[in-house]
Amino acid sequence: MRNAENALEVDQLSRVFDVSAPWLNRMIDRKPKRYLRAVQDVTFVVEKGKCLALVGESGCGKSTVARLVTGLYAPSEGAIVFAPADKGRGRGKPMEAQMIFQDPHASLNPRWRVGDIIAEPIREFGLRSGAEATEARVAELLRTVGLSPDDAKRYPHEFSGGQRQRISIARALASEPEFLVCDEPTSALDVSVQAQILNLMRRLQDELGLTYLFISHNLAVVRHMADRISVMYLGRIVEEADTEALFADPQHPYTRLLLQTIPDVAAPNRDRELMGGEPPSPLDPPKGCAFHPRCPMATDLCSKTAPEVRARKGGGTVACHLAPAA
Amino acid sequence: MSIAHPPAADVLALDVKGLSVEFPTRKGVLTALSDVSLSIRRGEILGVVGESGAGKSMTGMAVLGLLEPPGRIAGGEIRIGGKRTDNLSEAEMAAIRGRMVGAIFQDPLTSLNPLFSVGQQLVETIRLHSERNKTEARVYAVDLLKQVGIPGANERIDHYPHQFSGGMRQRVVIALALAGNPQLIIADEPTTALDVSIQAQITALLRRLCREHGTGVMLVTHDMGVIAETADRVAVMYAGRVIEIGPVEEVLSRPKHPYTRGLMGSIPALGARVERLAQIDGAMPRLNAIPTGCAFNPRCLEAGSRCREVRPTMVAQAQGSVACLVHDGGVS
Repeated sequence: MRNAENALEVDQLSRVFDVSAPWLNRMIDRKPKRYLRAVQDVTFVVEKGKCLALVGESGCGKSTVARLVTGLYAPSEGAIVFAPADKGRGRGKPMEAQMIFQDPHASLNPRWRVGDIIAEPIREFGLRSGAEATEARVAELLRTVGLSPDDAKRYPHEFSGGQRQRISIARALASEPEFLVCDEPTSALDVSVQAQILNLMRRLQDELGLTYLFISHNLAVVRHMADRISVMYLGRIVEEADTEALFADPQHPYTRLLLQTIPDVAAPNRDRELMGGEPPSPLDPPKGCAFHPRCPMATDLCSKTAPEVRARKGGGTVACHLAPAA
Repeated sequence: MSIAHPPAADVLALDVKGLSVEFPTRKGVLTALSDVSLSIRRGEILGVVGESGAGKSMTGMAVLGLLEPPGRIAGGEIRIGGKRTDNLSEAEMAAIRGRMVGAIFQDPLTSLNPLFSVGQQLVETIRLHSERNKTEARVYAVDLLKQVGIPGANERIDHYPHQFSGGMRQRVVIALALAGNPQLIIADEPTTALDVSIQAQITALLRRLCREHGTGVMLVTHDMGVIAETADRVAVMYAGRVIEIGPVEEVLSRPKHPYTRGLMGSIPALGARVERLAQIDGAMPRLNAIPTGCAFNPRCLEAGSRCREVRPTMVAQAQGSVACLVHDGGVS
């Protein structure tokens, strides 16, 4: 760890997927192997007790980062370092990070009672001794997320989407993690339920001192939750800064495009210009800066050389040739 | 260009009065929609918002005549371009679909047939709804693809759906919906499956096309932001009823119904960060357990004794109308 204040340090992280056709097809068609660079040279730190958000459109690699951080994928290159856990750990491998998934309908075992779903990590890591203590802990967790201890006897299908997401959060908290990776935790929910879950997550952060890596495509939600924001485009972080600084002065043209295109209820822009273009396929990324085919300011340099990540004016980092010097 | 149904300027694209939809089940009849009334002028976009299960998609499906059995229209009237359609047979309704009312659904991949090129699907639809021959239909198909902003329409017309990106596919679906030159388009969550930067392109396209073609659009969505930027008027639904309807600026900035107010408060704003979002506790009631009186009363902060007894009806306000006893004789 470079700094004791950091809960997570991610350094030059890359992940490459082999998406080649089967060997025989490749031999017949004389095609080379194909690789998809889902995440490239991603570097960030998350301070203890803070919330870092990764924002971007589908296919930008934000969920891959979440899976790398929680160990569901192995990194191709780079390092992921967690702060050493403060609390003592029981048997089994200590879990630094837990994850909350997007779809609460798919992430809970339909054949298990809610109480068993939440108790599994407690039993597995031996965090409580005896059935009674485990049961008491499950009841406490259910109360923490705003459900009733009686709900432990019911099955997931008896709950609504918002309640199921509360169960997912209770399960994530069961192994007493200090770090939660939240992959689009409210995208499958209605707005009024989304508000309930976001309020709950903020309250838990204050009460339990949790650190969040929050992944979302919704900038309004991110602004509400995050202390710091990283904007990703085609596997790379293009701009990173404190939330207020990023919203006040977006310096990468892609960040500006994102901010301009989100519909805002408070200030609808009904006569917006049509922003052209779509994100290119990560299988065949453009040369130079990946954003240059859509960028309104692109120059010759942008189509030839990929921009370095450098210090951003007003704090943070930015990867753009045309951004003002820090 | 031949227009199958030359409309009088004052004919509404859609006029729904007192629509009820029921699902008979073994445990009794569930009322999915109750007394829904709304209208859409030609060239106007009416947003229909609400949470899952509020009945917004059901309203669209009822208008299209695509209710899943055993669902059935139990009462009320639907008029598309002045023609009554709720009592038509399945065959008569099939003749109207596409020609008088088009549809755009959420997932563009499942709305297109993967085995036929985009051109084949467009030409088939155009020929079904007009007198054009194959060559004319293909010329019109290219024209439609150009109108929805597909670059290189002449070559792209022979591509298959999987060769298009999500945003481009949704543009093709919009072209298909426009192919029969309908007076009304039901767009059910047309941008929900798309990324934000693409979403803005598609909503702007819908706005432009409905003005140019004089088509009324029923835009069904849960996204208030999309409504704010796209719709002219908005209807808010809750538990199978329309509870508030009016001009979009009025409803979004001065909501009258406590539910609409709660909904607006629960949306994280881009402008400023608040410590805590306003939240509506609880969840929408299930169809078999809709409370007596106002369906929203158990979650409502302003509810009084009258709200538990009297079911509020739509009452006209200075702008729009609202179904809430606060605006209709008091809550107690």
